[in-house]
Amino acid sequence: MTLVLYRIDDRLIHGQVVVGWGQPLDIGFIVLVDDTVAAEEWEQELYRMGVPPEMDVYFHSSADAVNHLAKYRSDPRAGILLTGDIATMRRLVDAKGIAAVNVGGIHSASGRVQRLRYVFLTPAEERELRDLAARGVSVTAQDVPGARPVSLDDLLAGNEP
Amino acid sequence: MSSESTQSDQRPRHRAIVAGHGEFAAGLVSAVEQITGLGSQLIPVAVHKLGVADIEALLRERMIAEDVRVIFTDLQAGSCTMASRRILRGMDDAVLIAGANLPTLLDFLFAEGMSAPQAARHAAERGRAAIAVHGAGA
Repeated sequence: MTLVLYRIDDRLIHGQVVVGWGQPLDIGFIVLVDDTVAAEEWEQELYRMGVPPEMDVYFHSSADAVNHLAKYRSDPRAGILLTGDIATMRRLVDAKGIAAVNVGGIHSASGRVQRLRYVFLTPAEERELRDLAARGVSVTAQDVPGARPVSLDDLLAGNEP
Repeated sequence: MSSESTQSDQRPRHRAIVAGHGEFAAGLVSAVEQITGLGSQLIPVAVHKLGVADIEALLRERMIAEDVRVIFTDLQAGSCTMASRRILRGMDDAVLIAGANLPTLLDFLFAEGMSAPQAARHAAERGRAAIAVHGAGA
């Protein structure tokens, strides 16, 4: 197997990831790419306690992750790579071609406008998503496996299926 | 009732926060109310549109405003659990029960002679023990 899902989700490891995606995809590991979490052992322990014992979690800064992607892609288990924001995913796309990105959750914050039930974006974030698509990446929004994927155009237009 | 009681004494005392996915909290509190009439002692919190930092801020604000030190959440991996654990890091007298169910809450509300954290731990054991499998050779 390999990394089967590249997901942008500002909640990082949570129920939708561990249970919603983790069980149907038989996920064996999660790669969490976040500069803050990578720098704090306590935060890492917090996220480790959220996953079942048979699931591994690996933590990397955005700079460090690039050097480990090949290893995770050749892992015999299925894995999910998580970033908490679009910019971090963009850095990984630039460095190590990623074909498809899942927008799983970007929640309400100052300056953001609601586009879907679980996606709120600033104008700058909208540009970042368009930029990812312009690099040949398939960008879709989908919070859980049972939901229909939403194309980038529909996402930015706020067309909830 | 004491002659010194005031109108504010009549207000239901909040004893715990219930938080989780979707309408988990409102549903459980509704069930508690139907069974016991004590639902008003619990504060249901929904976090649909919030990011992690805002969930933490919301729960912290409700705990402080209501002087509550007990949080029940639904899932160990859930965002409410993560946020609550961050809050507990700086609040030594608070307690979190992740994986709460209806028997947990009922036991908590009927605990007598215990501090809130003691009652929460007792309730967690009761909730765990209340899960049973019936039928199909179980």
